[in-house]
Amino acid sequence: MTLDLARWQFAIVTVFHFFFVPMTIGLGLLVAVMQTLGYVRKDKAWDRLSRFFGHIFLISLAVGVVSGIVLEFEFGLNWSSYSVFVGNIFGAPLAIEALLAFFVESTFIGVWIFGRNRISPRLHLASIWMVSAGTMVSALWILAANAWMQHPVGYTVQNGQAVLTNFWAVLANSTLWASFAHTLLGAFATAGALMLGISVWRAFRAGKDETERDAFLRATRFATIFTLVAVVLTAVSGDWQARLMDQQQPMKMAAAEALYNTQSGASFSLLTIGDLSGKPLFQIRVPHLLSMIATLDWNGEVQGVNQLQAQDVAKYGPGNYAPVLWLTYWSFRAMIGAGVLLILVSAWGLWLSWRKRVTPSRWFRRAAIAGIALPILSNASGWIFTEVGRQPWIVFGLMQTAKGVSPVSAADVAFTLAVFVAVYTALAVTAFVLILRAARQPFDEVEEHAPDPTLVPGLVY
Amino acid sequence: MTTFTGLGATWFALIGLLWAGYFFLEGFDFGVAIVSPLVSRDETDRRMCLNAVGPVWDGNEVWLLTAGGAMFAAFPLWYASLFSGAYLALFLVLIALIARGISFEFRGKFDDARWRRTWDVANFAGSLVVALVWGVAFTNFAHGLPLTSAGYTGGLLGLLNPLALVGGLATVAIFAFHGSVFLSLRTSGDLRRRTRSIARVAGAAGIVLITATVAWVAGAGRPWGNVQGALPGMVPVLFAAAAIVLLIGAAVLIGRSRELLAFMATGGAVLLILGAVWSSMYPMVIPASSGGVVAGLPGVTIAMAASQPYTLTVMTIIAAIFTPFVLLYQGWTYWVFRRRLFRPDTPQPVAKPGPGHEAPPLAVSTVAVPK
Repeated sequence: MTLDLARWQFAIVTVFHFFFVPMTIGLGLLVAVMQTLGYVRKDKAWDRLSRFFGHIFLISLAVGVVSGIVLEFEFGLNWSSYSVFVGNIFGAPLAIEALLAFFVESTFIGVWIFGRNRISPRLHLASIWMVSAGTMVSALWILAANAWMQHPVGYTVQNGQAVLTNFWAVLANSTLWASFAHTLLGAFATAGALMLGISVWRAFRAGKDETERDAFLRATRFATIFTLVAVVLTAVSGDWQARLMDQQQPMKMAAAEALYNTQSGASFSLLTIGDLSGKPLFQIRVPHLLSMIATLDWNGEVQGVNQLQAQDVAKYGPGNYAPVLWLTYWSFRAMIGAGVLLILVSAWGLWLSWRKRVTPSRWFRRAAIAGIALPILSNASGWIFTEVGRQPWIVFGLMQTAKGVSPVSAADVAFTLAVFVAVYTALAVTAFVLILRAARQPFDEVEEHAPDPTLVPGLVY
Repeated sequence: MTTFTGLGATWFALIGLLWAGYFFLEGFDFGVAIVSPLVSRDETDRRMCLNAVGPVWDGNEVWLLTAGGAMFAAFPLWYASLFSGAYLALFLVLIALIARGISFEFRGKFDDARWRRTWDVANFAGSLVVALVWGVAFTNFAHGLPLTSAGYTGGLLGLLNPLALVGGLATVAIFAFHGSVFLSLRTSGDLRRRTRSIARVAGAAGIVLITATVAWVAGAGRPWGNVQGALPGMVPVLFAAAAIVLLIGAAVLIGRSRELLAFMATGGAVLLILGAVWSSMYPMVIPASSGGVVAGLPGVTIAMAASQPYTLTVMTIIAAIFTPFVLLYQGWTYWVFRRRLFRPDTPQPVAKPGPGHEAPPLAVSTVAVPK
């Protein structure tokens, strides 16, 4: 009971955190780029746009930070046995993340919020770039930790603990770099989709206000290109990850495909509806595509769930080594499907923008606004896929999830889970309302004056 | 079991420094939030208090994450048994940190008195709870926890014993003292005067409460005092005594409006109190109160909990390279935002222009003050 509750709790706090983090990473970059454009080209429109999206960025950052604090301690709270086992290796990236990334992010955001018009524009610009860099370095280190869970390297097991023997191996872990690229690009796509949806809507609503409409149309053009490139590259990096997954976690690949038996020239399932015993009832499959994705070989062999299960029993002893198939399968598909839709939306937007026909298209406006949700869905499904797909392992091949849980009472876990759900729901609703408001705020003229260090500070908060 | 190396002791000390830094910095953040309702007469005052810590509170909070991460990496058993053992207490801290962390960003989003009040309460209550729980926790560390081979299983109520509660209240009072002295440095006018008055009250309460806590802890003794490597009992007592002297000094100084010196004194006291707890604990990471035994020893030792030398070495190198940068740029932001805050509706003083600047006109803040 404690185990199931602990797993639910970790999943919920992580997915909640990851609703906001990609937005933060992506918007941090976009705001920095827009502020740079405004500064370098002395362009008021870009400067105002960077401030406009900056408000949304700050809301997202605030929620990301508080939910992140929870996660750092969640390992100790509910997964203490896991923490003792992996601390030598897993704890280091977390500490480094705080020292290298969180400090940069949290210190310079204060400078950016409070320093506008008080420090030089160049220094102010540098501070948002520091924040953006901080968010990305943060992703690197937490992914280093997660990548090690998925594909342990540079270690040995000593006295019941996994012990670090090669720090560079952990940093050079191919799993890390594939997932870092994939996560970062997905974050860019998330922010891009948000910028696209809001800009299209504001351009339309600006009506006769030329300055505002023009600014948001430029933002739309920028967002379509940015989003399209980001999603396509996310797919490319995802493809790289799929190949690594086939080598490193073949059971996850088999489950993602609902591939029950090993096949050469395996087809890719676009849609499989089956009963729980594994008999497919209805399928749409693309021949040979799975082999191509997994092995880059038309007739490459992809291992099936049944064969892998037998292998694992022989290797690790009795037990169930397959994850929950329907969840793995559908979350994988949801991630990819939402991504494909986003490619279509942003490509459509790019075409309309080139033809200067963005604002009249009611359907595109609706698609763009709906499109904001697509990468959010992809992000959540992707993480659910990769973490559900690695079960029953908490460290792949080394420690099973059931062995990692803390010796705390089910009542305690249930209570804290209930409170987290309540608090996070309230927080999500509030954040959503505030972001909606921020998207509606007037596109105002900025108070412009040269930075004056002799000015005593006004009140920003 | 791991062999006890100098690296273990080094990381014990470094983690102590991280917690000390955290309490020095967030101590005044929490303190400001705690005293703000007491010293603020109107919305402008409340905003002054918020803006006094506005640019720096987020960076200050990262010290907690670094301390926690360092504990995880350097002493996985310490991190794991402490946080799963003190499950509900840590959970309380997390919820409180969410409430107060969000309040800074969300408070100003709606021009509505009830909305602002909700977030003011969140910031106040969140800061108060965190200060209280950390105080309770660290008092328990100084006194020892009732441990078994299964670790600490006493639950939240076990942690909230009378001694720990006194220590918790002492922490709240000292943070309130530290915070109100910080406010007196950063604010102006009537607000500044009121913060000095509150500081004296908080200071008096803090001095009384911490003296009681220290006396009680010292009186109870340390069952692990005979473990190899343990420091003489006088060491933590001296740290604590020095802290109390500094607190008294701070109270005198703030009474004479020597705000910066008072702040250095309250800050120094916070650091010394952490030093007292840490020097009392050493070489235990989780000391056991009377009768508690873990693997034949009165608590969990550094040797039991420490990571392997390879991990500790890697961490030491990384810390050595990157910590100076952190101190540098974090220190720089304090310098950037060193100016006092003035009410927007009062004529602002004209600061002496630096070289190359024209004398500016009277600077009036353009920020509208909502009712």
